[in-house]
Amino acid sequence: MDYIIQLIVSFFATAGIAIIFNVPRKTLIYCGFVGVVGWMIYFVLTEQGLDIVNASFFSAFVIAIVAHLYARRFKMPMIIFIVGGIIPLVPGGMAYNAMRNVVEDDYIQGLQYGLKAFLITGAIVMGLVFAEVLIQLIFRSVRTSKATFQKVYKK
Amino acid sequence: MVLREVDNEFTIDCLLLAGRIMIESGAETYRVEDTMLRMAHSQNMLDAQCYTTPTGIIFSLGKTQPTRITSISNRVTDLQKIALVNSVSRRLTSHMITLEDAYDELKSIQKTNYFLPTYIQVISAALASGCFLIMFKGGWSDFLFACLAGGLGFLVLLMINDLTKVKFFSEFTASLVVGSIAVFAVKYGHGTEIDKIVISSVMPLVPGILITNAVRDLMAGHFMSGMAKGAEAFLTAFAIGAAIAVTLSF
Repeated sequence: MDYIIQLIVSFFATAGIAIIFNVPRKTLIYCGFVGVVGWMIYFVLTEQGLDIVNASFFSAFVIAIVAHLYARRFKMPMIIFIVGGIIPLVPGGMAYNAMRNVVEDDYIQGLQYGLKAFLITGAIVMGLVFAEVLIQLIFRSVRTSKATFQKVYKK
Repeated sequence: MVLREVDNEFTIDCLLLAGRIMIESGAETYRVEDTMLRMAHSQNMLDAQCYTTPTGIIFSLGKTQPTRITSISNRVTDLQKIALVNSVSRRLTSHMITLEDAYDELKSIQKTNYFLPTYIQVISAALASGCFLIMFKGGWSDFLFACLAGGLGFLVLLMINDLTKVKFFSEFTASLVVGSIAVFAVKYGHGTEIDKIVISSVMPLVPGILITNAVRDLMAGHFMSGMAKGAEAFLTAFAIGAAIAVTLSF
């Protein structure tokens, strides 16, 4: 039951953010879908006891792959589909906790939270970059193998 | 000869307009350069050089051609414009339209405001904030307060953005509103957790897209624009954090 609620809620949250950033109208549902995929992976992994940093990495990785496939299908920039999925992962809570601890004069605790937020941001970006490189490698090897196949076939 | 000069000027105009719209709508720097160079190549300008930062574009068509600069002062996130410019450049590079058509289309893209009406944006910000509260494991009793804080915060952001050109001031005020609504909800309403309400209603203001863009620019080797965008994201985050800190210290 918890999972179903999270599924529905993450769709509306992502679509709402997508409206604020003014994505093209017809891609709105797909943006929401990317967000659902990303958040469900993050949620399940953290429920299973995985560290937040690792969960963010895997989630961002999958988001980037799905976004890349959509970008190819709709012939639109990839950034449109990434936005919605990434926003729930952004460590707003960690940054808030860091700020709050700093305000309350507990600098050590604040520094810990701040460092964690920084790590999560790094993990998200590494997930995006890895997925991009992987997709490029796959498509390039597919293209070259297709070309060699055609060459051999023609001869 | 004279005709050729005019032609080059027109090409530069068109390319700079495309780049300008993309940067103003919040595209990554390397994508802007890629688009402009592809468009230039489709017009047989093979020597084109382009240097793009978030605050300006320097562009030249070749050794003997004049270099032009355009400076950019305000940026928003408007993904629809990026998609439209992208489709124009796609059609131009596959020679489905001429440069003149592309220029006319870009002009109309720049003039049009593609944003939905304010009330729809505010409602979606409110809905998103409420949903984020549930995603971050908040209780349903705080749902309405999160919606209220998120919607009002975003409305204040839009209103002050119209009045002043200092972006960070509007973000500061918006998060001040969010923070005070959360504090009052818990003090005098029936809200339970200040932290959860604040975190979820601040989400529409958080510079998530800026941070990702900044690091993707850094990874692509555009260190200047990556740093500039990183600074912008940091200032935004700092404005939000400072405002929340102010409300919490009451």
